[in-house]
Amino acid sequence: MPQSADKILDHAQLFNEPEYQELFERKHALENRACPEEIAKQLAYTKSWEYREKNLAREALTINPAKACQPLGAMFASVGFARTLAFNHGSQGCTAYFRSHLARHFKEPCAAVSTSMTEDAAVFGGMQNLVDGLSNAYTVYKPDMIAISTTCIAEVIGDDLTSFIQKAHKEGSIPEEFPTPQAHTPSFVGSHINGYDAAIKSVLTYFWEKKLERVPNEKINLIPGFDGFAVGNNRELRRIFALFGIDVTIISDVSDQFDTPTDGKYRMFDGGTTIDQVKDALNAKATIAMQKYCSDKSLEYIAGKGQETAALHYPMGLGATDEFLMKLSEFTGKPIPESLEMERGRLVDALADSSGWLHGKSYSIFGDPDFCYGMVRFLLEMGAEPVHVLSTNGGKEWAEEMKVLLATSPYGARAQVWPGKDLWAMRSLLATEPSDFVIGSTYGKIFEKDLGIPLIRLTFPIFDRHHHHRFPTWGYQGSLSVMVTILDKILDELDRATIKTGISFDLVR
Amino acid sequence: MEAEAKAARRQMIADTLAEYPPKTAKKRGKHLNVYDEGNPDCGVKSNIKSVPGVMTVRGCAYAGAKGVVWGPIKDMVHISHGPVGCGQYSWGQRRNYVSGAVTGVNSWVVMQITSDFQEKDIVFGGDKKLVKVIDEIETLFPLNKGISVMSECPVGLIGDDIESVSKRKSKEIGKPIAPVRCEGFRGVSQSLGHHIANDVMRDYIIDPAANKEEPDFEPTPYDVMIIGDYNIGGDAWASRKLIEEMGLRVIGSWSGDASAAEVERGRKAKINLIHCYRSMNYICRHMEEKYGVPWMEFNFFGPTRIAKSLRAIAEHFDDKIKEGAERVIAKYTPMTDAVIAKYRPRLEGKKIMLYVGGLRPRHVSDAYVDLGMEVTATGYEFAHADDYQRTTHYIKDGTVVYDDASEFELERIAQALKPDLVGSGIKEKYGTQKLGFPFRQMHSWDYSGPYHGYDGFPIFARDMDLAINNPVWRMIKAPWKKAE
Repeated sequence: MPQSADKILDHAQLFNEPEYQELFERKHALENRACPEEIAKQLAYTKSWEYREKNLAREALTINPAKACQPLGAMFASVGFARTLAFNHGSQGCTAYFRSHLARHFKEPCAAVSTSMTEDAAVFGGMQNLVDGLSNAYTVYKPDMIAISTTCIAEVIGDDLTSFIQKAHKEGSIPEEFPTPQAHTPSFVGSHINGYDAAIKSVLTYFWEKKLERVPNEKINLIPGFDGFAVGNNRELRRIFALFGIDVTIISDVSDQFDTPTDGKYRMFDGGTTIDQVKDALNAKATIAMQKYCSDKSLEYIAGKGQETAALHYPMGLGATDEFLMKLSEFTGKPIPESLEMERGRLVDALADSSGWLHGKSYSIFGDPDFCYGMVRFLLEMGAEPVHVLSTNGGKEWAEEMKVLLATSPYGARAQVWPGKDLWAMRSLLATEPSDFVIGSTYGKIFEKDLGIPLIRLTFPIFDRHHHHRFPTWGYQGSLSVMVTILDKILDELDRATIKTGISFDLVR
Repeated sequence: MEAEAKAARRQMIADTLAEYPPKTAKKRGKHLNVYDEGNPDCGVKSNIKSVPGVMTVRGCAYAGAKGVVWGPIKDMVHISHGPVGCGQYSWGQRRNYVSGAVTGVNSWVVMQITSDFQEKDIVFGGDKKLVKVIDEIETLFPLNKGISVMSECPVGLIGDDIESVSKRKSKEIGKPIAPVRCEGFRGVSQSLGHHIANDVMRDYIIDPAANKEEPDFEPTPYDVMIIGDYNIGGDAWASRKLIEEMGLRVIGSWSGDASAAEVERGRKAKINLIHCYRSMNYICRHMEEKYGVPWMEFNFFGPTRIAKSLRAIAEHFDDKIKEGAERVIAKYTPMTDAVIAKYRPRLEGKKIMLYVGGLRPRHVSDAYVDLGMEVTATGYEFAHADDYQRTTHYIKDGTVVYDDASEFELERIAQALKPDLVGSGIKEKYGTQKLGFPFRQMHSWDYSGPYHGYDGFPIFARDMDLAINNPVWRMIKAPWKKAE
């Protein structure tokens, strides 16, 4: 008997014990499974060029996509406003899923409500659900704003949100002036990055269209985009802005909301952009979006109000951070602080120290379009060689931008860009044309198991490691920690590979 | 419980309800109660629509059908049919372990397979796309033993006919294709999804297989099925081990680590043993009515209930099996006694508050009692009246019972009862811990397990101890705050 009170074996060890291995054998005999040879043959086939061609030729089937749906992004954007309750009009299961998904990444509670539409609401419309839902949510959770987004059911049946909300005001579910921005975010359009954009735009529009007159000031707005590292990154951005002496408004800042202390109190709302800040953001000199593909529509709207705008691609590394800082300097007329120049020098120093290990390694990268761009740009600076760059929610425009970027460096020559493809396609790509490492989210774990290619976790969602989101990936400091994360994996793998013979298992690297 | 203490608990419920708008307070008041011993049920209404806007913990029919019942069948491909989100959020999150299978070759449990609906599919319908999806599955995953089509909300709203596509393609590929109408707006919770999933399993797998020969299968008088064990963290294996050790043969396990063959074989057991009554009682009743297979509930949490269940199962068989049950109990009891001796002193008198799904709000209760603990409050996300009747066999007088509790209610009740441990789900975990309460996820076993069977109990005990007695809970207040 393997189990004892002294040495308790759990799932990680217990089932390797002989009595369980024998149990599996007995079970498998009753499963009518394919014979081992057939399984081995098919496994080998899935790694072939022939399979790759069939796999890439798929037109209807999606397997292991690296994207989520619009309302998830809307919810993420909504909770970055102060005391704002994310409110999904649709089926309640959607909201349960969004809350779980974000909680699993941030290891934080994630509050949001649903109007719990059921079959009768599908037939007669969800008006009563919305009116009652607003009344309950307002009374119980006492938010300053309720940011409404939709899930599939409400969009398919065509619920008229505007008139429903008017009715809720009229019936006294919520006070007359209580803010209720609304975003249409069906899951069958775009992905979470578009939902993020829609929610940001809905909040800006809601306040800015209420007869607000733009009186330009010297402030800068910044829209971070959907970012799994938002906790570390938004705080790093604030530090950078403070060094500049620039008054910044981060439009949707989830850094406190997804990082509340454990001190005996549950803060359903913490931090975030206030309504006054949102109103004042109209007057800013300029708005910078850190992720272009998360902010297309919002930026267009903001530009229409007379602000200067700039769209970046998840800036990481030297060149991208340089440009970000120069943009700030250009917008504000303020010089780049000396302390940041020192930080730049330290990052160069670190890259130089480690260049021998970083140079020439090959990587395949997957994730949101802006993340892929920022990551590849930094890798090229390290002398690293991207092999496959894949974004399930990246389109033609993104692919063109990637190709232009790759053409700027000799290290980009091997790279292939894959817009719209999923991770099962990526498995074929890596099986036939492998790279040394994969950079992406937890979903890339399968490549490690199936193909032996180690995964470096640097983008959302990261479910199986903890707390990385608390550390920045932006700015020179953030770039340094990204570089160290990559370097640690390179050296850990080298140690693992040399541990058996001891040859090259060096004390100094 | 003393009348005064009970009255205080009733007052706590009244105070909580007072914070709702009156209409909502009236509705929610029917779902919260303090249990009076001797009553045949818990005195709460159940299986009713959730109140909008209060932050219900419940999910939807898709979650019940794909996430719970069908998803763990390993050698079938389960299509999340509709937009990308539903399949994405449920991808690999239930820890339904599989054995001896190669992912993407003869198992697809930890993959997200979807038709990824776009706007044009909504406008023009998704049936043509489904045809193509099935063809592409056959091309890339030829060793699959069948396909299920798990409908998401839009499918049922745009008038797609997945049944006719499934029938046609099933004939063409010569394998079962099961259309599961589990759109998220159906019913009031995951529960209807279970029921729909059971019905489709009946109509598309079990009944059609009744005419199918299984030449390699030799029946024995000791054949049983384990039903409603989803093998979370390996639960079904820890259970199977005991059933086998007492001399029975497990001819199928639903649906944790299940193969399609095991589902087809359903009707051939001498008795069906069901763990999660809520999610799979329907199919057990069907097999009883149509094929005359009796069924019984069992509970493999904690030594007291395990022994009771082993004996109850043995009652249906001959002396050889009865002796087998006694032999198994005798074999493991010294080990579980040692576990209790080790952990009980650390856990004695601790109070736990539970809020989970199908069977656990009652089933785990006596495992806590084995460790000297007490369930002070419990409730279900999606139970029915028969679950609350069964719950009375487990709980004590004065236990707080809640049905479809909102996050708001759970927080208020936790603050008032001050439990030593809260057991619920991922959405409740982090907020509860911030309040200073130790917490274990009781859906996923908090990435631990198995908790079933004799091998699971030591892990369960260890986990409750490490949750409750971790030093972190004594560090919550800054020392200078204590001084104030």
